[in-house]
Amino acid sequence: MRSYRFRKLQNRIMISLAYVALIIALIPLASILIETINRGLSAMSFSLLFEEIPPLGQPGGGIGPAIQGTLIVVALASIMGIPIGVFSGIYLAEFRQSHIASVARFLNDVLTNVPSIVLGIFGWALIVVAIGWSVIAGAVALAIMMIPIVTRTTEEAIKLVPMTIREAAIALGVPQWKTTLTVVLSSAKKGIATGILLAVARISGETAPLLLTILGSRFWFNGFTQPTAALPLAIFNFSQSPFRAVDLPRAWGASLILIFIVLAINIIVRYATKEKYG
Amino acid sequence: MNRHKKHPNFLSGFKTASKKRLSGDSAFKAIVTLIACNIFLILGLMVFKIVQSSWLSIQTYGINLLWGITWQPFPPNSSTSPSFGALPLIWGTLATSAIALFLGVPVSLGISLALSEFAPKSFNYVISFFVELLAAIPSVIYGLWGILVLIPFLQNNLYPQLQAVLGFLPFFQGTIRGSSVLTGGIILAIMIIPTVSAISRDVFAAVPNSQREAIIALGATRWEKARIVMSYGRSGVIGAVMLGLGRAVGETMAITMVIGNSFNMFTSLFEPGSTLASIVANEFTEASSPPVYISALMEVGLILFALAIAVNASARLVIWRSTRKTKEVEMF
Repeated sequence: MRSYRFRKLQNRIMISLAYVALIIALIPLASILIETINRGLSAMSFSLLFEEIPPLGQPGGGIGPAIQGTLIVVALASIMGIPIGVFSGIYLAEFRQSHIASVARFLNDVLTNVPSIVLGIFGWALIVVAIGWSVIAGAVALAIMMIPIVTRTTEEAIKLVPMTIREAAIALGVPQWKTTLTVVLSSAKKGIATGILLAVARISGETAPLLLTILGSRFWFNGFTQPTAALPLAIFNFSQSPFRAVDLPRAWGASLILIFIVLAINIIVRYATKEKYG
Repeated sequence: MNRHKKHPNFLSGFKTASKKRLSGDSAFKAIVTLIACNIFLILGLMVFKIVQSSWLSIQTYGINLLWGITWQPFPPNSSTSPSFGALPLIWGTLATSAIALFLGVPVSLGISLALSEFAPKSFNYVISFFVELLAAIPSVIYGLWGILVLIPFLQNNLYPQLQAVLGFLPFFQGTIRGSSVLTGGIILAIMIIPTVSAISRDVFAAVPNSQREAIIALGATRWEKARIVMSYGRSGVIGAVMLGLGRAVGETMAITMVIGNSFNMFTSLFEPGSTLASIVANEFTEASSPPVYISALMEVGLILFALAIAVNASARLVIWRSTRKTKEVEMF
């Protein structure tokens, strides 16, 4: 048996190491947030938000088309991804004992973990080969990224709905499908909305799938079958620019907008689900 | 008496309602099942399309692509045909992932222990929010931060000292470069921390309290209690680490921006390199011709796809088995 003093010392050291680990992990977070807010704010201006993207190295202009492009691609991806994800989630939760459900659940997890660049390759092979670099291809790639997240969170949210609520509805003579679509969905709507928001936050920042599908552009949106700009792509392109002095402030400005979207969504979600954790 | 009279009517009404209910229900079930089956369609189509696009390369180079070490889409003299070998990419992927695990896992374990065993609960709530935020930051912003903040710091402060201390090892010799394999590994380490720590925190939280109470009753310190918790949740932690590995293997943008994108079989970690994911991101949009070039990049994507699925599926299996075990124990 080791001495009590040794064990006490060991206890102190290991607990402090655990807290040190916590601090080590929070340093990059703090650094990223501070740098982005600092450098992003100093680059922020009216023209940055609303003007076309100039060629690399040329002063002036802004990142307007990138903001517009991100909004359009994410909206289109959500229109495709949210209904499919929610209904798949309903299926997994309401028919959870069926064989198809357990296989589908496993494959859903697999799809969650497919590397984002592979989704880009898929979008390219499926759509770009047929109709060229386009908004649609990017939206499909992002929708595929979104579906498993929405499916999973919808399933979890519906599983949390108490059985008594269903039983009450069925006892009133409401058919099961109507129970699911009205009573169950409306009790689970907070959880489902949370999942949707998190999925939107996730796909707004994705770069790799867009790189291989919407290609990027310097101009305003020009139709769904044309290449378009997007914030993450713009950040990537600016960061690769040889003219750092001109292009890096734009990259930070774009990062600030992106971080703002992601942070806002996460804070809303955290606030909405407070009772679950608090 | 009145009620008795009404009864038959009520029953018949119930019958028609139940007939209607059945048809509505089965239609609903059919529709929802159909929608849920999209997952089969998506994954099937994904495998088919990626194999189809890499078919040219599979036919030309076959399995040799896995261990070739030259990557020459445009050979210097036009008489030789382009050659593609993915071994340096696999090597780069393995090296950066190994560094990420080596640095990231101890930190993640520390975080999850602090959150589940040591810290007060109110503190817990705030900190886990911040750790989740680390997972929410887009990969491209990590890359930008890596280029402009992390690389200058590492290159000027940490790397020279590292070389001074560990320079006798082959991994830390040669010219120090900021855009290097080591920087890539460090960025990946930061990015896997939220994944690994969140899952292992859940694993630790699932350890039954009876275990903690038993060891505390024996007079253990808090660290000794934490050790028991860790050994109880060992297989779940392994699963968490493997999910972290899956994330590291598939991570694309941040690593493309900091690894230097050169094609070599490095030994020193201060050399630039490439990973399976980074080469696709870096070269794809420029790879217009020859067609075999795109096809070879597709095959690299296929290798990545297979690798990521293998890692993640085994991670799921390990986690699933470990949580099943915990549940069985909880039942007693």
